Amino acid sequence: MSVLAHVFEAAGIATVVLSNIREMAVAAAPPRTLHCEFPLGRPLGKPSDPEFQHDVLERGFALLAAESGPVLVDYPDVIEADTDAVSCTLPPRFDPDLPAAVDEAQGLRKAYDRCVARRGVTSVGRVVDADGVSDALRVLDAIANGEDWKTAGIPGGNTTAICHDIRTYYEEASLELVDGPLPGGRALEDWFFDQTEAGATVLAARKAIQDSSAKFPVWFYMTPGQR
Amino acid sequence: MRMHSATLPAPEFANPAWVTPPDLAEATVAIVTSAALYATGDEAFSAGDAGYRLIDRDRRDLVMGHWSPNFDRAAVAMDLNVVYPIDRLEELAKRGVIGRVAPRHVSFAGNQPDDVATIRLDTGPAAAAQLRSDGVDVAILTPV
Repeated sequence: MSVLAHVFEAAGIATVVLSNIREMAVAAAPPRTLHCEFPLGRPLGKPSDPEFQHDVLERGFALLAAESGPVLVDYPDVIEADTDAVSCTLPPRFDPDLPAAVDEAQGLRKAYDRCVARRGVTSVGRVVDADGVSDALRVLDAIANGEDWKTAGIPGGNTTAICHDIRTYYEEASLELVDGPLPGGRALEDWFFDQTEAGATVLAARKAIQDSSAKFPVWFYMTPGQR
Repeated sequence: MRMHSATLPAPEFANPAWVTPPDLAEATVAIVTSAALYATGDEAFSAGDAGYRLIDRDRRDLVMGHWSPNFDRAAVAMDLNVVYPIDRLEELAKRGVIGRVAPRHVSFAGNQPDDVATIRLDTGPAAAAQLRSDGVDVAILTPV
């Protein structure tokens, strides 16, 4: 973002960066920065809180009054990434003949469909659509249980993309199922990887691929780096 | 992730540009995000994509096309405005705080090659020129 700020400024557009990594903003020194110590992925801080989002914008636009720069101001509030997993009902085991993650994913389909109907859009579909999530999990389950990942038939042949589709399917479904307030910054990640069968399957398949001496990018980006 | 990113080398800009904008109440304002958002039906972002997508002002059916697994990817599904504050800009325009909402906005992917040469020399200037052609005076940049 800091690079783009310099580029856009050179083109004649005044810029305000809502920074999320202060060290980068200091080093790259874009003309005007409001540093926002918010969870990554939430540059305006709080979903579904227009008042808070307006405050962020107001403080950012206020930097346009500066006569010279670079200007870097810290937003007064810090929002920590909530790492407590959300309370989200998961479907009971239905078909014991299926891998647990496949059974689980099929049970979440109605919730996923409700989310798509409500929002009018989905971010599932990088290599499979919702119909393909179960088969993708079946492939990862086979890899986790010893099948060679190179011949297992990973949809699209891309481990990062297939994990994106699986995780996004779950996260979008969860938004129709969570109890209480909207999840915090890392709550759905923790829910997916720590509480769901699909998350456990992704982690197990990733470990199996890593142990097979696959190249780093093949397995590393299947999950967040700290996992 | 934040700790890792803080250690990455930052490109240097000698003689950085500085634009004095018109009064905000007269300015046309655009969003520039690195969330890899794109409108349904538009070209998806590939891994390492250094290009950009233009988003028409009235589109809300935006797909999150970012390839990094290291951030809260569900936030966009909770509320698009927490990443792409288009409805907030519309409200500010109605209140007269900003002059106009730009007709088009820009989305890049945040996970760029470390040298960021393409967005610095090619796609960044091209996107900026398109916003300038729309009369954009001010851009708010939202990182992911």
